Amino acid sequence: MTYNSIVLVKQVPDTANISGDVMKPDGTVNRAKLPAIFNPEDKVALELALQVKDQYGGKVTAVTMGPPKAAELLKECLYMGADDVILVTDRQFAGADTLATSYVLSKVIDKIGNYDMIFAGRQAIDGDTAQVGPQTAEKLKLPQITYTEKILELNDDSIKVQRLIDGGCEVLVSKLPVLLTVVKEASVPRPFRAKRVMAYKNFIPQQLTTEDLDVDLERCGLPGSPTKVHKIESVVLSAGDHVSIEPTKEGLGLLIDTLMNDHIFG
Amino acid sequence: MNKLSHEVWVYIEKKNDNIADVSLELLSKGRKLAEKLNGTLKAVIIGDNLEELAKQTFHYGADEALVVEHADLKEYLTMPYSRILSELVKERQPRIVLFGATFVGRDIAPRVASNTLSGLTADCTDLQISDVTYMKKEYPKLLLQIRPAFGGNIVATIITPDNPVQMASVREGVMEMSALDKPLEGKIAKIPYVGEEIDKIIEIIDRHQEECKVNLKCAPIIVAGGYGMGSKENFGLLKKLADLIGGEVAGSRAAVDAGFIEHERQVGQTGVTVRPKLYIAAGISGAIQHRAGMDESSKIIAINSDPDAPIFGVCHYKILGDAIKIIPALIEAYKNKLK
Ligand SMILES: Cc1cc2nc3c(=O)[nH]c(=O)nc-3n(C[C@H](O)[C@H](O)[C@H](O)COP(=O)(O)OP(=O)(O)OC[C@H]3O[C@@H](n4cnc5c(N)ncnc54)[C@H](O)[C@@H]3O)c2cc1C
Ligand SMILES: Nc1ncnc2c1ncn2[C@@H]1O[C@H](COP(=O)(O)O)[C@@H](O)[C@H]1O
Repeated sequence: MTYNSIVLVKQVPDTANISGDVMKPDGTVNRAKLPAIFNPEDKVALELALQVKDQYGGKVTAVTMGPPKAAELLKECLYMGADDVILVTDRQFAGADTLATSYVLSKVIDKIGNYDMIFAGRQAIDGDTAQVGPQTAEKLKLPQITYTEKILELNDDSIKVQRLIDGGCEVLVSKLPVLLTVVKEASVPRPFRAKRVMAYKNFIPQQLTTEDLDVDLERCGLPGSPTKVHKIESVVLSAGDHVSIEPTKEGLGLLIDTLMNDHIFG
Repeated sequence: MNKLSHEVWVYIEKKNDNIADVSLELLSKGRKLAEKLNGTLKAVIIGDNLEELAKQTFHYGADEALVVEHADLKEYLTMPYSRILSELVKERQPRIVLFGATFVGRDIAPRVASNTLSGLTADCTDLQISDVTYMKKEYPKLLLQIRPAFGGNIVATIITPDNPVQMASVREGVMEMSALDKPLEGKIAKIPYVGEEIDKIIEIIDRHQEECKVNLKCAPIIVAGGYGMGSKENFGLLKKLADLIGGEVAGSRAAVDAGFIEHERQVGQTGVTVRPKLYIAAGISGAIQHRAGMDESSKIIAINSDPDAPIFGVCHYKILGDAIKIIPALIEAYKNKLK
């Protein structure tokens, strides 16, 4: 028995390493200055899909919706071992919130068809919403297992999975097909294969636009997004009424006296 | 457009046969939102044997509990729970639905939003009701969903202007829990459960759950370190100080990502929200996602070598210098006082 997987991957700004010059004076973000990276948990999701393929055979297809630049990310998927990649890109998809994103992704998945598992990252680091996976599963009327930590078993038409829950873990069995969202603890992504890097260096991924998909434009991009950004404020820090403490024996001693007097400790 | 509802719903999550703290916090907040809307607050509970839990929600301001009970619903399962809630939302069109941003909340809320085509904003740090002008149109009494975004330099206000149902999730500890002096004379509405094939498509085989070992939320003193502590070994200094003054050790996300400290001890928007008597932040820059989880601490001591570190904007005591030297000096100074 072989299994086909579709992996949802996203290119994200490297929010962990934001520096001051990324902010424009008006408080908005200068995206051009942010390095774009492979969303870390999506890479782990791809790794799990590749492990299933290594063990059982089958096909792994990576899909991303994003600007043309996101083709970079798909090449990385090929370097790791994906069989096929699809770039979903169209001006009309721009400005999508998680609902509109999951709508388009579900249409793409319908088009690809013939899958046993869909893998997504638990969340993307640009918004940390963790919504797109479950929203896509709902659109496809599929079961989902979020916070996947380990695939324990695959049997013809079912999968046994260990997932994280509050303060522990649980083991679930689901019928296939199923959508899994993957946490970073699940695995360590494999490095790029040198041979594949050579083979795919100049590869141009297949692109899908609104014309290739059976989509209702009212449900895509900005018009299809119920949530809107009303206001963005850059955070202006107040100077605050703090006391400066000298990092000397006396200074620290006085601080401790103060805290003891306030019954904070002691 | 049809007349909009004035109902605020809170999805009630269970924890060891009780209501999870986050749901009680959301009821307390939901009460205030419902008053602003001149509407009602309803608790939605799915499970088995829910009478007592339903009554408890009246102590936190619920006017009514919508209860779906069945032996098959004893444990949380994605498919039946999300299906039941989606059907309720579709049928009754509440104006606002609030979820805890927990393992369960993050599993169910997006499915319900997707099914009902509602807007959903994750991890709000504040919720308000306000009239809004958006794209030259007037929208009375919209839910303002406020959350930090983008690397901590921004606070975004998200709205869902054109949808009848507005959904948001909030982390545990962000909203204040406040019981009423006298519970409301609430009503319990029992809604029958009709099972479907798809409800059993996933089966629970096994479950291990431990009471959280790390209880940062209740610690009176927290000694937190950031990326500026430089190494896991240096976090040992923080542990030493914490043990001495009776506190717990915590960290920023950058410190967690670097492996200096375990994930359960992360403070901030995507970690735990804490309000200790004393919070010591050593080598933490003070990005908004971190501050969101600690800025209501009664007293904050910030130790940082950068005079412009944002953490100094929220602290009460500023110590400018090298934390690796200052922490041992603090330990010494404290020991001297005890002598
Ligand atoms: C959606 C989202 C959610 C997030 N959630 C969280 C969250 O829950 N919690 C969280 O903490 N972060 C969170 N972050 C990350 C946050 O934006 C910051 O990146 C993070 O808090 C920075 O951690 P830090 O201050 O330890 O590291 P840095 O920003 O690297 O700062 C290190 C600090 O240490 C100081 N320093 C260096 N050496 C020394 C020394 N020897 N002595 C004293 N000081 C020194 C430096 O001056 C600097 O100020 C989130 C980010 C995003 C995008
Ligand atoms: N534009 C996109 N294209 C492909 N996959 C996506 C996209 N946005 C989100 N995802 C997937 O959904 C997961 C959760 O994203 P989020 O809800 O934004 O936190 C990500 O880890 C990806 O696997």
